[in-house]
Amino acid sequence: MSMINLALSETQLAAFKEQLADGVIDHDGLTADYDADTETYHIETPAHQTSVGADELAAVDTEQAAYITNWYFYTHEVGSEVTRAFCRWLEQAAEHPVADRYDALEAGISREWGQLAITTTISADGTRHYEVRHVDDRDADATALTTHTDPFDAREIGTLDPKGRYRPLRTAPSLKSGWIFPDLSAAEVYETVEAFYPATVVNWDREARGELDVDHWRDEQDRQSGIYNLITVLPDDAVDWAAAACCDDSQCLKRREWQLSENEPLAAEGGDGVFPCRGPCSMAVAAGREWAKLERENTQSYEFELTPSEKEQLEAVIDAVADDEIDEIREADVSKGANRWRVRYLREKRVDEDGNLSGTPTHPDGNDESAD
Amino acid sequence: MQSLVIVAHGSHLNPGSAKPTHDHAATIRETGAFDEVRTGFWKEEPSLREVLRTARGDDIYVVPLFISEGYFTERVIPRELRLEGWDPELWDSEGISADTATLIASDIDKEVHYCGPVGTHEAMTDVLIRRAVSVTGDEDVGEGFGFAVVGHGTERNKKSAKAIEYHTERIRETGRFDEVKSLYMDEEPEVDDVTDHFDSKDIIVVPLFIADGYHTQEDIPEDMGLTDDYRKGYDVPTEVDGHRIWYGGAVGTEELTADVILERAADAGADIGNARERIRQRTKPATGTAGE
Repeated sequence: MSMINLALSETQLAAFKEQLADGVIDHDGLTADYDADTETYHIETPAHQTSVGADELAAVDTEQAAYITNWYFYTHEVGSEVTRAFCRWLEQAAEHPVADRYDALEAGISREWGQLAITTTISADGTRHYEVRHVDDRDADATALTTHTDPFDAREIGTLDPKGRYRPLRTAPSLKSGWIFPDLSAAEVYETVEAFYPATVVNWDREARGELDVDHWRDEQDRQSGIYNLITVLPDDAVDWAAAACCDDSQCLKRREWQLSENEPLAAEGGDGVFPCRGPCSMAVAAGREWAKLERENTQSYEFELTPSEKEQLEAVIDAVADDEIDEIREADVSKGANRWRVRYLREKRVDEDGNLSGTPTHPDGNDESAD
Repeated sequence: MQSLVIVAHGSHLNPGSAKPTHDHAATIRETGAFDEVRTGFWKEEPSLREVLRTARGDDIYVVPLFISEGYFTERVIPRELRLEGWDPELWDSEGISADTATLIASDIDKEVHYCGPVGTHEAMTDVLIRRAVSVTGDEDVGEGFGFAVVGHGTERNKKSAKAIEYHTERIRETGRFDEVKSLYMDEEPEVDDVTDHFDSKDIIVVPLFIADGYHTQEDIPEDMGLTDDYRKGYDVPTEVDGHRIWYGGAVGTEELTADVILERAADAGADIGNARERIRQRTKPATGTAGE
């Protein structure tokens, strides 16, 4: 193993002895016990099996020291079970034994959580250090990014998108870049991720344990009161359209696990996110209420005069808005249907002074059947 | 391990809605009175549905950062938190005396202490008075001043007017201000006619709202005639019909509100040490305190 110069600290040795005075250690590839009769510590790691006296503990070989510092870190420095599971995921503990992992941690192990790139490194005593930055800043020089040390700053960073618009959905893929949390502890990296993406770690952890409680759409419908009672009349087809429109990876980084009901899957893709979505969010419910209102309208036949290009232009406008591509259309690129000049031209030509397309009234018989 | 969970409304449209919640959470975190302070929202994340699973304490105190008892505190929050056996009767309140109820939250299979809303706690009176001090910049403000506590009105929630009247009466009892009155947005006496209701030249107007938003930043300033367009802003004070209006905005943004959150948790049995004193000191208390 070519690894950092590991040295067991007095605190680690004391904790190790204290644990073995009461019992055994069986942790992540390390097993150890203490034989009081012979005053000997038996330590077993994948590559070594040793029996040493108390005086020799500090001088165990590098591989064994790695396993002991690993045990110490996860049992004494990481507070809660959820944080422990998350930190283990961050360093791919399930895939790599400690010895390999320590080698990799020297260089840093990076993982992505939504739009966060989280890199774990290790110091000589086995303590992990976590760096968090935006995935788009993966190759940026840290000095070019704004440094943060307080995990709760993450909430502020995540409040507005790069255009300064409010992000009511924290897991929307619209997190701005340009910042870095260069050196966080295990507890702090948990809090930072919690502030960027609330409750995602706990739900991921529940899922990993096979205990994720999913609230399906029908559960959500049944639970509503007040103005949101209206979602009970949203047609099932509309729920599928809504899931396809709003829960797609392009709109939300959670992986949708909820369906119409446990036995009625939705056709829409759930996405590939690392962390699950366990139930329709408040945005989905509020949108569902609006769509329930809209879906109460009956369809109506209209006759419009449009050239083929104009029809295609309307479709291009819908695409550009739905895919948030308006800003990518250059000012003078009038060949694009959603170009502002092109759309203004269409409005001049086809929309009358009352805002009616082709001069066709929305309610030809004068009967206002609008949703409100 | 002791956890404080502050639950609030939040907004899909206005990032300022959750700001007081986060600010007060940060203030309380700094006191170290709780091992952790979590926040959960009806409209933001983590949702009320998921906030308890983010809390790790053995003793969990849930404090609603809401102005009054009613639909949210009695129905929505207990339902979303999954408080088993919840019944508003457990608070035994007619509208302003909800204290605490201890129930199992089935989401985490643990007991939580569900507290009454911040807005109806008696300590909220002190926060209203503190806002009078901060808006006038005068520690001794009172003599020669009228004080209007503004509420939404009863259209949406019959109990909201009770909270307004309760604090109005408590401020009046201090004898600190020449006149103290309740005004409403959608019922008589209306905040639009604020100057008709006071003889005092100087009138402090403080809405009993948790966060600044449409009502406190747009409606009320325009309705009182502080400005014809909220986007242009207004002076504090602004001269209206021969009176000077000192408009304070939502009282819930006042730093001292953190103290009321602590009081709620302490009333439910939380050990908060000297955190209250520290918050009061840090936020520089007014010279006179209501009810003393």
